[in-house]
Amino acid sequence: MTTSRRTFIKISALGLGGVAASTSVLKVFGANTFMGDFVQKKTAKRLKRTATYCEVCFWKCAEWAYSNDNGEIIKLIGNDIDPHCNGRLCPRGTGGVGMLNDEDRLKTPLIRTTVNGEQTYREATWQEALDLIASKMKTVKEKYGAESFALFKHGSPGSHLEHLFKAYGSDTIAEPAYAQCRGPRETGFALTFGAWIGSPEPTDIRDTKCLVLIGSHIGENMHNSQVQEMSDAIDNGATIITVDPRLSTAASKSKHWLAIKPGTDIALLLAWMNVIINENLYNKDYIEKYTFGFDKLKEHVKEFTPEWAYGITTIKPEEIRKTARIMANAAPAVIVHPGRHVVWYGDDSQRERAIAILNGLLGSWGKRGGFYLNESVSLPKFPHPDYPKPKWGWEALGRKYPYAEMGITSELIKASIPNKENEFPIKAWIVAGTNLINTVPQREEIIKAIDSLEFIAVIDTMPMEITGYADVILPECTYLERYDGIRSATFREPSIALRQPIVQPKYNSKPAWWISKELGMRLNLQDYYNYNDYEEVIKWQLEKLGTSLEEMIQVGVKKFDRQTPLYIADGDEYKFDTPSGKIEFYSDDLASKGFDPMPIYKLHPEPPQGYFRLNYGRSPMHTFSRTINNPYLNALKSENKLWVNPKIANIIGIKNEQEVWLENQDGILSTFSIKVRVTERIGWDSVYMYHGFGHNDKKLSRAYGKGISDTQMISNVAVDPLMGGTGLRGNFVKILTEDPHKN
Amino acid sequence: MQEEIFISGRHLPKIDPFLEIWHWQISTYLFLGGLSAGILFFAALFYLLGKENDMKATIKTATIIAPLALIIGLGTLFIDLSHKLYFWRLYTTVRITSPMSWGAWVLLLITPLSILWVLSYSTEIFPSLNLKFSWLKNFQSFLIKNRKLMAIALIPLSIILGVYTGILLSAFNARPLWNNAILGPLFLTSGLSTGAASILLFSKSHFERKIMSKIDLALIFIELFLITHMLMGMYAGSQVQLEAMQILVSGDYTVMFFVFVIILGLLIPAVLELTELIGFKVPIIIPSLLVLMGGLIFRIVMINAGQLTRYLY
Amino acid sequence: MRYAMVIDTLKCVGCSDCVVACQTENNVPIGYCRDWITETVDGSYPKVDIELKSERCNHCNNAPCVRCCPTGASHIVEGGIVLVTADECIGCGACIESCPYDARYQHPDGYVDKCTFCHHRIEKGELPACVSVCPTKCMCFGDLDDPNSQVSNLLKERKYKVLAPEAGTSPNIYYLIK
Repeated sequence: MTTSRRTFIKISALGLGGVAASTSVLKVFGANTFMGDFVQKKTAKRLKRTATYCEVCFWKCAEWAYSNDNGEIIKLIGNDIDPHCNGRLCPRGTGGVGMLNDEDRLKTPLIRTTVNGEQTYREATWQEALDLIASKMKTVKEKYGAESFALFKHGSPGSHLEHLFKAYGSDTIAEPAYAQCRGPRETGFALTFGAWIGSPEPTDIRDTKCLVLIGSHIGENMHNSQVQEMSDAIDNGATIITVDPRLSTAASKSKHWLAIKPGTDIALLLAWMNVIINENLYNKDYIEKYTFGFDKLKEHVKEFTPEWAYGITTIKPEEIRKTARIMANAAPAVIVHPGRHVVWYGDDSQRERAIAILNGLLGSWGKRGGFYLNESVSLPKFPHPDYPKPKWGWEALGRKYPYAEMGITSELIKASIPNKENEFPIKAWIVAGTNLINTVPQREEIIKAIDSLEFIAVIDTMPMEITGYADVILPECTYLERYDGIRSATFREPSIALRQPIVQPKYNSKPAWWISKELGMRLNLQDYYNYNDYEEVIKWQLEKLGTSLEEMIQVGVKKFDRQTPLYIADGDEYKFDTPSGKIEFYSDDLASKGFDPMPIYKLHPEPPQGYFRLNYGRSPMHTFSRTINNPYLNALKSENKLWVNPKIANIIGIKNEQEVWLENQDGILSTFSIKVRVTERIGWDSVYMYHGFGHNDKKLSRAYGKGISDTQMISNVAVDPLMGGTGLRGNFVKILTEDPHKN
Repeated sequence: MQEEIFISGRHLPKIDPFLEIWHWQISTYLFLGGLSAGILFFAALFYLLGKENDMKATIKTATIIAPLALIIGLGTLFIDLSHKLYFWRLYTTVRITSPMSWGAWVLLLITPLSILWVLSYSTEIFPSLNLKFSWLKNFQSFLIKNRKLMAIALIPLSIILGVYTGILLSAFNARPLWNNAILGPLFLTSGLSTGAASILLFSKSHFERKIMSKIDLALIFIELFLITHMLMGMYAGSQVQLEAMQILVSGDYTVMFFVFVIILGLLIPAVLELTELIGFKVPIIIPSLLVLMGGLIFRIVMINAGQLTRYLY
Repeated sequence: MRYAMVIDTLKCVGCSDCVVACQTENNVPIGYCRDWITETVDGSYPKVDIELKSERCNHCNNAPCVRCCPTGASHIVEGGIVLVTADECIGCGACIESCPYDARYQHPDGYVDKCTFCHHRIEKGELPACVSVCPTKCMCFGDLDDPNSQVSNLLKERKYKVLAPEAGTSPNIYYLIK
């Protein structure tokens, strides 16, 4: 069968349909393009550029905003000297100005009120809204203690609110970016190398000879400098090996695509270790000098032969051997990439540990073309009194998970649902810059928590779903309209970048630092806000760093010299931050806490008859659910589609572009329908969709009702016993061709 | 399975998923242009052949359609322009390679000429009409004196107009359905045939009807031959031409094309006209209207179906 | 001088940055585009190939749009760049019908618009916006008449194709396929 642009012919109505369409005569007469062009050309000459850094995703590329005489931002261009982007933004960064100009933005503070028995929002002044939040914060503190007021956060606004919460006495803080995303890899790598991966990942892709991606879809995730470096690696003739049940974009660029059976990655990783050890392909000097537990590992993987793995992963033994040898040949310039969104099946920290151990065997940590040792500039803290010590906080809520190193969103949500046995009840939330509804699985749980809370305030730029549940909504201005903290991230060379307002905040929106400060003032926390404008904080910090706001305004990005070496030189002494001081193939610590000291493969649930595993991933044009309504990015991709293998489509009788609904294993029905994409890029046991679509807030005029929210369909969560990560890939869906909401 | 999709960017109005740039306005314009070309051609031809008295409808009454059709056609063409204020740019240049430019200039000549032709016969067409101004009378007598010159000019102009309606389309290499050299003669033939059919509607003389019926019959056969030829050419062509043919032969436009154009628009009128020539009584209005309808639908089909065809890469 | 673009399909990830960059650089109205991305999938799971390409006006040597334009609004300037003068365009649509790549569209203001190879940037010695932002650096722009230009060298070293060669337009956008 063939699908192509041509097949639209078949769905076209009989030719007379054209009669209805014709050009609007008035519009044509009303236009004067010559003047339009003239004005445009005139102003194009006088664009002013201002330095800032991007907030459309967490990569935070530094950029120049070009604005015209009217103060309108015309375009955003990457800063050439910024290592995060090298002068080239991704589509979301380039289209970031759409965030500013989105007419659906939150415009003014709103307070929930009841009119004639119906709940609605009324417009409020900042004074009113902030007073209300502050009074609730006071009440909660008096009644339950400050700890019962929780903060959910993401991105730059989060840090301003975090300061407020800590000063107020609450450490009940979490962000979905940890337990719903990259947490397990930090645990897995910390247990092995004694170091977090962090962001941006210290993968030396630029100079690698072999890049191994385990489900990681670089190119669909637009982690800017990584995408750039992968392209460089292709130019340099590096071998890319991609393990993914779906032909991802990266897989299509790979020399070897291993179309693995979902949920069996650990078996493959163990078999690779088996081959590398059995065939003596590992880096002997490196292992001798830097690792701990090699003999135990050797014994452990002895039985995990490629033949054993074949039965589990469906990858042929010779393919496993061939790829293992390619990796070993390239070592130490080889990267088995840790990935980023790694909460899959509940044993994710162990899978990440397997990845880390494989890297250890190949000797790639600390080596050129492997993992470089990252370094960042530590920002001086603007002086304020010590934070009070809360009685409990995120750590207490996550105590079941000994390796949790940040707040676990799902545990905070659980603690918000009344339960007599809960010693740490949460009574109120502030949600800043994260749309929990489309980010955290098990929507019913969230709604249950929200229903029992005494108060919720939401700070966002857009009317995301979560705002619909708030008692108070505060409109934050976008990143192009505000100061934020200085960006200091880990990279090959440390650098800092400046964010400053390019234009005045639109509507009645305010920056998060101002919201934080105003709330702090109302809570008598003046000592923590010893400034009138956040600019003063930045100025002070920059001067401490030996530069100045004036300089940063000129350059946007400033690089610093490294204090430590980029790589571990051959034979150098190097102490890893683990209990043994070495790379731990075997973890006594894990064993002492009753966990597997070395990763083992466990069988994960399979889709029942008639169901398909729901896989999801990133569209390169969008950041999660937050950019779907951005006019530029929405024009690129306005809805997601359900990828279905042609053979499956044939069996269940669905066609390309047909609208279908989904029902998951727990009977949860998708609110909206999704169009089918019949494609060979996906196998027979799973379906795939882009994450972040299917918004159900009508105020998002472009995003509302477009596609299905994968998060909605995820009600089954496999929790990682090490760090509380929520494995999301164990959900199975049935494809419905009839609208289940009819009647 | 092969799949070819747009990842981003392409949902251009009137272009995606298939071209709808030209609509009924262009089909109507091509139909009216062809019709006028036919009427004016026959008027000029039979005038030069000295049949002024035998072929009254052809040379006189029916020609009133020509300027009306041309003006309506120009109107629809104008409606279709999306940057209308700049239409005068057509007449600041002559683009030899552009059929559209040729068409614009031919129309600029033939439209006034057709009005003058009708004016020269105005008193005969409308016997009750009384020219009020003497200068108008003088002008009419001037025109009457120069009818021969007008007829000599009308012959090539009407042929160019008729052929142009086809060449306008066949010049588009990018649309495989249009891109064949037969389209020029085919549209000319079709135009002449619709012209003859309209004359038949006006004709009251048995002699004139017989001649025009015979001519129309011949034109219908030529048209059928050219259509067959066109389809065979496509059948022998490349993949894209085969696909273009399939739209007409076994696709969305098959019913419209075969039922309305071939059967109702060509075969049945041919049979009816033949029946009448043999001597049976057939109301002439039926085959004539069928031919006109066929001509219009043929152009609608060609415009709409042509925009569905494209090169693939 | 003959400007050309050479695009490496082995590196393009289809992120569509080129599309947004063009829109903000050239003030292309939302919902319209001068460039776009196509994906071709061939084969059968799990033996499948994808080709991703950024497409736009091919600035053909034998440009049918220029030939059929009745007013001369569509014209070719130095370097072989095909441009449209908005004030000469009547919006007849002939050029749109004539383009085998469907690279032209009617601007909401009525005139026909398309990729200009960022003529206003080239004049200043800058690269077209799409080329200058591409994160994978899969696009290359330069002069084919200069045998030492990067575009000339790429076409010497690599296997390439052009789009719809059977349409006979002699396009100036080349796709590296091996």
